[in-house]
Parts: sequence; C-alpha cells; structure tokens
Amino acid sequence: MEYFVQQLINGVTLGSIYGLIAIGYTMVYGIIGMINFAHGDIFMVGAFISLIVITALGLTVSTGLGLTFVALILVLVCAMIIASAYGWTLERLAYRPLRGSFRLAPLITAIGVSIVLQNYIQIAQGARVKPLQPIITDGYTLMTKTTEAGEFVVQISNIQILIISVTVILMAVFSLIIAKTSLGRSQRACEQDQKMASLLGINVDKTISTTFVMGAALAAVAGLMFLLYYGVIDFFIGFVAGVKAFTAAVLGGIGSLPGAMLGGLVIGLIETFWSAYFSVEYKDVAAFAMLAIVLIFLPQGLLGKPEVEKV
Amino acid sequence: MSSGGPAPGTDLAQIFKDLVVTFLLAAAIFGTTIAFKTETAIGGLTLETHYGLAAAVVGVVVVGRFILWMTVWRKRTVAVSVVPGGLKQAIVGKLGFLGKYFGPTMLLFALVFPFLPFTDRYLLDLGILILTYIMLGWGLNIVVGLAGLLDLGYVAFYAIGAYSYALLAQYFGLSFWICLPLAGILAAFWGIILGFPVLRLRGDYLAIVTLAFGEIIRVVLLNWYQFTGGPDGISGIPRPTFFGLPFKRGEGNFADFFGLDYSSMHRIIFLYFLILLLALVTNFVTNRLRRLPLGRAWEALREDEIACRSIGLNTTLVKLSAFATGAMFAGFAGSFFATRQGFISPESFTFIESALILAIVVLGGMGSQVGVVIASIAMIGGFEIFREAEQFRMLIFGLAMVVIMVWRPRGLISTREPSIFLVRKKSVSADMVAQGEGH
Repeated sequence: MEYFVQQLINGVTLGSIYGLIAIGYTMVYGIIGMINFAHGDIFMVGAFISLIVITALGLTVSTGLGLTFVALILVLVCAMIIASAYGWTLERLAYRPLRGSFRLAPLITAIGVSIVLQNYIQIAQGARVKPLQPIITDGYTLMTKTTEAGEFVVQISNIQILIISVTVILMAVFSLIIAKTSLGRSQRACEQDQKMASLLGINVDKTISTTFVMGAALAAVAGLMFLLYYGVIDFFIGFVAGVKAFTAAVLGGIGSLPGAMLGGLVIGLIETFWSAYFSVEYKDVAAFAMLAIVLIFLPQGLLGKPEVEKV
Repeated sequence: MSSGGPAPGTDLAQIFKDLVVTFLLAAAIFGTTIAFKTETAIGGLTLETHYGLAAAVVGVVVVGRFILWMTVWRKRTVAVSVVPGGLKQAIVGKLGFLGKYFGPTMLLFALVFPFLPFTDRYLLDLGILILTYIMLGWGLNIVVGLAGLLDLGYVAFYAIGAYSYALLAQYFGLSFWICLPLAGILAAFWGIILGFPVLRLRGDYLAIVTLAFGEIIRVVLLNWYQFTGGPDGISGIPRPTFFGLPFKRGEGNFADFFGLDYSSMHRIIFLYFLILLLALVTNFVTNRLRRLPLGRAWEALREDEIACRSIGLNTTLVKLSAFATGAMFAGFAGSFFATRQGFISPESFTFIESALILAIVVLGGMGSQVGVVIASIAMIGGFEIFREAEQFRMLIFGLAMVVIMVWRPRGLISTREPSIFLVRKKSVSADMVAQGEGH
C-alpha cells in the first residue's frame, strides 16, 4: 500500500511533465492538423536554457528560500521567452511556407527541424550529459511503515509539489485563455474553419504563430521541471519525451486540452507502475502498447470528439 | 526570418523593422545557446563564454537576411514570373521526355558501375548503401506513396528482416538464400499482425502507432538479451554464397571455380549486384501491382477512402495488403543488410532510419519511383560528401531536409504517371494527387 502511494506520487509528477509537453502537440494539431515533431526538441532546448540561466545565476541548494523562489521565476520567464523565440522562428521558417501544401510536407520539415535542433545543441553545448546539483531538496513524509527490511517511507518531495502545482496553475491559466479571451476565441475559430475565421477578420497567421509560441513556452516550463526533477539532461531527451507526450496527446484525444493532461497522467502512471512492479526495461513498451489498445477500442482517444467523416 | 515574407517594394523602413526583429530573434536563439556553453566542472557546472562566435553567427544571419532583401526578394516584386500555361505544359512535356530516358540510362549506369575504371571499394560500398536505401524507399513508397498510409516505423520491418536472417542462420544454420524469402515472409507476417488492429485508424494515429511499434521492436531487441544478444547485437552472420560457392580464397570457392584470381572485390561486386537485383525486383513488382486491381485499389484508397468503401472495396484488406507488401520488401532489404554487414545490433534500427526513408520517399515525390532514386542519391551521397565535417553532418542533413521541402513541397519529381488512362497518356501534376492521409 505504501509502495503504491509512493509510486502514485511519482507517476503523477512524471505525468504532469508529459502533460505540459502534450498540450503543445495537441494545440498545434488542433489548429493546423500537423504533428509538430520538433516540439520534443523545443522541450529539450527549454531545459538547456534553464540550465544556462541557473548556472549563470549561480543558484545552488544553499541559496535562501525566498531568493531561490525569485531566481526560479526568473529562470522560468527566460526559458519561456527564449523557447518561444525558437517556436515562433521555426513556424515562420519551416512550417508557414508549407501551409496549405499537402499534409506530409510539414511533417518532413518538422523531422528535419528536430534533427537540426538536436545536432545544434549537441554542437553548441556538447554531447555529454549535463548534471545539475539539486536545488530544491527535502520534502514531507506522508506515511511510514516498518518492515523487517527497515523503514519504508512515503515521501512527497518539495520538487514534486512544485511540479504538480505549477502544472495545475498553468493548466488553469491556459484553459481560461482558451475559454475566455479573444485570443482563445480566435484559436478555437481557426480550429473549426480557417477560411471562415479569416473572413470574419481573424488574423489566422498570427493566431497560428501564437499557438506555436504558447506550446513552446509550456514545453520550456516542462523542460525546467524535468531539469529540476531529474538533475541530468542531454541533447537527446527531446525525442523520447516528445514521443511519449505525443502518445499522451493522442491517448487523451488530440485537440483536447484536458485530454492532453489526462493522457499525460495516464502515460506517466503506466510508466511508473510498470517500472515499479514489472520491469524498467519494458516501460516504454507498456506505454505504447496502452496507446495501441486505447486507440483500437476508442479511436478518438479518451476525451476526443468523435470524428465526423465528411465527403 | 520568414523565407516567404511578402515584399511589396523595397520599403526601407519595413526592411529595417524586419532586420531588427531578425536580430532580436537571432540574439535570443544563438545568443543563449552559443554564447554560454555549460561545462561540467568539479562541484557543479560552469559557464564557458563564446561571445565572439555568437555575435558572428547573429551577424551572419542579419546580414544574410539583408542581402536576401536586397537581391532575391527585391527581384521578385519587379518581375513576377508569370509562366504561360502553354509554356509550362511544354516544360512538363520535355521533362516527361527526359523521364522516359532517365530510368534506362540510370539502369545501364548501375549495371556497368562496378566495372568502371574509377570505381574503387569505397565507391562500390557507397553504391550498395544507396541501392539499399533505394530499395527501402521503393518498398515504403508502396505504403506511403501508393496506398497513402503514413508509416513512421518502417525500420521495424527492416530490423525484423535483418534479425530473422541473423537468428535463423545462428540457430538453425540456414543459408542466406533460404532465409531471404523467410525474412520477407516474417516481416510481412509482422506487418499483418500490426496492421490488422491499427489500420482502422486515421492517418495520424496510424503514424504514431507505427512509430510506437518501431520503438517497441527496438526496445525488445535491446532487452531480450538471451535471444537477440541485446545491445551487443549478433556478430559472425554468414556471408552470402554464389549458389553455394563462398567468396573465399582456396579450392572450390568462387574465384577458383571460375578460374579467376582471388580478389576481395568479388564479394563486394556480388553484393552490389544482389542489392541491385533486389531493388529492381521491388520496382518491377510495384509497377506490375499498380496495374492489377489491387494496385488500383491502393491508389483509389489514397485519393478517397469513402468513395472506395461505397463501391464495395474492403478497405482494411486493401490497406493490409499494401502494408504487408511494403513490410516484405523491408524484410528482404533487412536480410541483405545483415549479410552485408556480418554484424547487426539495435543501434542500426533507430527512428532516424525510418525518418530518413520517409524523407527519401517524400522528397523524391510521393508515388514516384524515379524520385526515390534521385532523392536517395542526393541524401545518401550528400551525406557522404560531408563525411569530413563529422560534427556538422547531421545538422546539414536536417537543414537540407527542411530547405528542399520548402523549395519543392511536392517533392523533386512532382508529376505522376497515371496508372490508367483514356485514349492518351498524360502526366498528372502532383497537385492533382490527393494527400497521403490514409484516413
């Protein structure tokens, strides 16, 4: 039971990170129907920028609590802005010229961009794994159980609390943006019918750019969280995380914001529980097999709208 | 930094504004990741600064953009090229004429290539590599180009073919010529197993499930240590024989049998012709299949699935056959790969391979057999040219992928031979060919 609770906490944390990345996939897919393959690499870039800013600020575990808090917000803002610049530029250079072209064309450029970003970071930052000393330590003990092997402690660490709460806050903010603001309205309009939206005076190009920027910013947040949680990053983390997050987006029903979050949680939980109870090596297989099973029985995903086939 | 930005005249204020935006973006992108390099040091990370390099890169970007404004984009507004429709038709006609002779010329060249005076071991190996990718491209073309199913995990079948041969040879001592068809059958069988549940899915879902399948196969190969050797792979895979005559020194071997002097090149030349033959078989079968009702059903499915269903085609069966046929050719190519290398490990079957094969198909022009050849030569050959710049090779490769795609979204060969026509054969512009959505 205690073991289960501990894994649940770990799974939810991991799922939050996947969910944050998955939102970027789902928003872009919803609006232009394209798999932004480079999104996982934006996440990786976000993690690297966070690492650079953290190192530049000299943030360590001995920094005071208040100062750490302020510094982390600064890191977050920097990473979000710079990752947004990446997202915006990529959209302009690699995707916009191909809009309205056939469907596989932007997918191929996206794969190309993904290769470029990975290798660019590998060249600019080095191929070796970058370790970061933990900045936020400690946590709360929820349960203890004494067994013959010793004491088993169920803990929720401060960093886990941080990740989960940041995710919840961002989710709420983004849901509000989509639901209430005029930007969100134009996004939803473009999602339904781009031509009609532009006839009604919505700047479609700008809306799509904004969508990419929002996705990239969220990916950067996920990058920072990943960096703080795991403490090691390299130039290749984007691929696996990206595939998992896209799986999460599809699982939750692509195009749906809560779906992306739910999908992320499901993938995170499956992965954690599979590693905990069965084998670590096959955790990816479990996550992907889950995807296949869900899609066979629920082709539109968990929260997706059923597709209406039109002639 | 938009490459297709509208350019109404050379409004200096506008250019200036654009350059400022370019500068800011370039500074954000390169200024962070190039200027500050994180280095592992004792007691944590340190930053190494490269301000000069970053400034140079930003400068190049801004100046480059300025030059573009002054030259390319300026001209575009002065002389908007309006190619008359007739002229365009004539050009297409000329290209069609060229296309008629391109294939046979290439084939002739491929046949004499090993015997040309300048052909050495290195070039021949490169030729084998290019032909392998041509074969894989043609195989994937059946799935993506003809049937319009987006497959991101094609390399899985390639891996299955390679491991089938390696394992059958290792455990049962079967020869290459028995394993080759078996590898194809096994790969096709896996194609059916995977295809059966997922082919009902829409295009993008199919893409992600095939991608996931590719990863699953790789992870299993990596972790099933007792059976596949895990990350160590399988070594000592038997080399192919010329109808039972091994390519070795000594009595009763290939060179001895034909009364030739032994040369290590014999085996390479044999491998070259083997893959050439396999590739040609792939092409031949594809072209023949296109004329069968099955092949027409594939193309019809790519164009409109609902129409297909309403005329009574069993779409699942049609998709499955395309998927399995494509997988089979990947299986053949895989067992060739295994016998050529003599060593295989999961390292060779990563996602990047799938992406490369897909890029070859799409860059060549989906559904175009000649396009695959051109794209393979351009991609693999180009990749070799940059062998010197080891570090920058993949970067250039990725950039080339983006640039070619933006330049020619329909692929290099953007006309299609119609598989059926009334009275007269006309080439069809790819714009008329529906997208490979496979929904």
